Amino acid sequence: MLVFIIRRCVQSLAVLLLMSLLVFASVYAIGNPIDILISADADQIERARVIAAFGLDQPLWVQYFYFIKNALAGDMGRSFVYATPALGLILERLPATLELAVAAILIAIVVGLPLGLWAGLRPRGFAGKTVMTVSIFGFSLPTFWVGLMLIMVFAVELGWLPTGGRGQTALLFGVPLGFLTWDGLRHLLLPALNLSLFNIALIIRLTRAGTQEALLQDYIKFARAKGLRNSRIIGVHVLKNILIPIVTVVALQFGSIIAFSIVTESIFAWPGVGKLLIDSIRVLDRPVIVAFLSLIVVIFILINLCVDLLYSLLDPRVRLSETSEAKG
Amino acid sequence: MVSKLIRKVIQADTPFTRFLQGYFASRIATFGFALLLLILLAALFAPLVSPQNPYDLEHLNVMDSRLEPGKTAMESDLTYLLGTDDQGRDMLSAILYGLRISVMVGVTSTVIALAIGLSLGLLAGYAGGRIEALIMRVADIQLAFPPILVALILLALTGRGVDKIIIALVTVQWAYYARTTRSTALVERKKEYIEAARLLGLSPLRIMFRHLLPNCLPPLIVIAALQVASAISLEATLSFLGLGLPVTEPSLGLLISNGFQYLMSGKYWISFFPGVALLATVVAINLVADQLRDVLNPRLQGQ
Amino acid sequence: MTATLQVENLQTYFLSRGGIARAVDDVSFTVEPGEVMGLVGESGSGKSMTGYSIMGLIDEPGRVAGGRILFNGRDLRSLPAEDMRHIRGNRIAMIFQDPMMTLNPVLRIDTQMIEAVRAHQDVSKDTALAMARDALVRVGIAAPDERLNAYPHQFSGGMRQRVAIAIALLNKPDLIICDEPTTALDVTIQGQILFEMQKLCRESGTALIWITHDLSVVAGLADTVSVMYAGRIVESGDVARVLTHPRHPYTHGLIASAPSRNPRGQALRQIPGSTPSLLKLPSGCAFRDRCAHATVECEQTPETRIVDGRALRCFHPMADDFAGSAA
Repeated sequence: MLVFIIRRCVQSLAVLLLMSLLVFASVYAIGNPIDILISADADQIERARVIAAFGLDQPLWVQYFYFIKNALAGDMGRSFVYATPALGLILERLPATLELAVAAILIAIVVGLPLGLWAGLRPRGFAGKTVMTVSIFGFSLPTFWVGLMLIMVFAVELGWLPTGGRGQTALLFGVPLGFLTWDGLRHLLLPALNLSLFNIALIIRLTRAGTQEALLQDYIKFARAKGLRNSRIIGVHVLKNILIPIVTVVALQFGSIIAFSIVTESIFAWPGVGKLLIDSIRVLDRPVIVAFLSLIVVIFILINLCVDLLYSLLDPRVRLSETSEAKG
Repeated sequence: MVSKLIRKVIQADTPFTRFLQGYFASRIATFGFALLLLILLAALFAPLVSPQNPYDLEHLNVMDSRLEPGKTAMESDLTYLLGTDDQGRDMLSAILYGLRISVMVGVTSTVIALAIGLSLGLLAGYAGGRIEALIMRVADIQLAFPPILVALILLALTGRGVDKIIIALVTVQWAYYARTTRSTALVERKKEYIEAARLLGLSPLRIMFRHLLPNCLPPLIVIAALQVASAISLEATLSFLGLGLPVTEPSLGLLISNGFQYLMSGKYWISFFPGVALLATVVAINLVADQLRDVLNPRLQGQ
Repeated sequence: MTATLQVENLQTYFLSRGGIARAVDDVSFTVEPGEVMGLVGESGSGKSMTGYSIMGLIDEPGRVAGGRILFNGRDLRSLPAEDMRHIRGNRIAMIFQDPMMTLNPVLRIDTQMIEAVRAHQDVSKDTALAMARDALVRVGIAAPDERLNAYPHQFSGGMRQRVAIAIALLNKPDLIICDEPTTALDVTIQGQILFEMQKLCRESGTALIWITHDLSVVAGLADTVSVMYAGRIVESGDVARVLTHPRHPYTHGLIASAPSRNPRGQALRQIPGSTPSLLKLPSGCAFRDRCAHATVECEQTPETRIVDGRALRCFHPMADDFAGSAA
């Protein structure tokens, strides 16, 4: 097990290095690197400082080295717009985005799993067919348009929920979180719902397919022959088997949700990383864009690593095949 | 005589007619197909069908802006069935033109991505070894990142334009086709007819495209159909965010984004109807693709 | 003394687009307490379906269409679902053929054994665990605690089947239905398990229905044997009598075609033709297309009659015997 973890960590580091090269190279390919780090209206002293710090007059590989060195120290340039360190800016807004993403995933699981289970148990019934048709809508609805409609219906017409923003936050371990306050929750509901729609449909489909497949297996027949209650057969035998692929897909979707939060945050004026990115793209605040990219790469690699670990934890066949052999 | 011929064609038991029977067995799928056909025809014949050319500045009247659905124009007796936007454009016409662009971009990018992904996938599957490893590694890295992010960054760096968004959409899609083609190719490669072709001395290119390809197609058709929907949706999202298509060629996404600011004051129709059109298109494609998948797959196993 | 199981005119049908498949067609037999009955037939003969029908595990598109299943005097078909659930795994247990998949791969062995106990008895988890441990010891598993903490994929096929047998024995059932439990295992393991099953059943007085296609297994294990063909029982009676003096041409053919019976160097004897699909059965006696003795009379369905001390469905019972060893 330890060997497995170490191996995956080493692999992840390799990918991280490769990605940093890609980010760096693309930054070079698209423009003058000086423009990436120094705003057009910076003065000579500022230019000289940055050139020295990043070694921009040095050969390429030296520059790359400095880039990595500075990045590891947390210095990825200063935002042109805010004149504060780019990385700091992003980290400041990260909790808001993560809060939104986690809320979206929770909604998706809580709604999607039971519906998918229901549809899988009665595929030919009215329930099964309706759920499947509804899931197609879940896939097809454009996230951004739904967001607009949600605001229109719930905020403008009905006035039940706020139109945007994050609302009140409370500190947890020094991190401001919205769901801890009632006001924050009210602000969280619509954007989280918006973000979760696609995944609700995805989880419904996965759960339904998994349930149907699990029900055909011999061990379900054996469980019935043992005289177990239906609730136990479904709740334990079926559920535990389908949970494994679902959890892995959901974990992988986490990255996609973070990416789509770009859209949702723009619509709901949610002060997260996504909104920051869009604004930065509009004004070409390049240090922020580069810092964002680098952070995203790190997050994704972490997610992939966690998924692998999660998978081996959940599926005893994977976890134990490395340590024991079949005992006769 | 003609009816006799048609009857003969319908009764023929060819794989194609069996496929048609299988497809239209589902009412939902038939509805999806009808809807899709309607949308495609509307998009294709937009200039002929729209009440107005929304981009002809001569015909626009700013006095007509932000009218509710059903109101008539001030200086003509044109009824704005779906209202007007802030420039006085008839929403119905704008939607039809926008649909045209959205569908065109979606289909074009899918077709190009399919061609590239398929070729690379066939190459990887057939050649094996280092080539396969290289192509697949690149594809895997590509697929690890969410499409919207990749497209966003690409467009941020390259700017706006039809060609640029098509390139972005192609970049985002090709890896999926490559991966699927390669897995199918791997399975087919081991079959005897490929061995026979190789022994006959046929060139690798010929084997790849004339022999491997037809057998790899069915799953690809389904994926391509789904991807068109996804591409249209993605393009709309990017346009909404202000990237991709320029203002001169507004797709549905841009129309929706134009209407955002008017939502608060209750002028919902500027964002609502283009969204419905977008939704209808994507749903129709998804319905068709879903049924395609159900019909094509068991057939594959049956053969 | 009431028979443990008395099946009367059982019919189980499957509806498909091609017609009705009579998987179990007018099957009747009796199993006394402590008796071992072998149910023999090829694949598709309906033997497994008989077992499932008794357990109430027939799903759509199939259903039990007729007959009575008297278990200790009560007709199982007339029981409400919840009562039937209390009998399953408790008074009647079943063991399946493929040990690889009958145990849930993601649940621990102790979980799967404890739940079998607690579904029917109101005991604590610890008590159930102790019962599970005892059961494992009884089926010959040496280090039960280690096994209990493990997962199915860590065991070999023989071990898994032993666990399945242990689970079947947990609630001390009156009847165990074994659906080809040793077919997927090595011959040596097969022998061990057969021996152990026999011993366990003698000790506890449990009746056994052993479903198999292998006559040699039946010869060594069973007290009575019923031979099935195309959903019907064609011959049934005392095992020694049926196997040494088979009267039905099919039984005769089965025994004659056993490799051990055929002299070396000569072509193996076979029953001509192949098993018909249940959807395309000939009218009357289902075996007549493959039978050397068939006449016009065989176009009528033969009823079960007692011939020479056994139940027989045939208009033309065989006369010659297999004197000597039974298998």
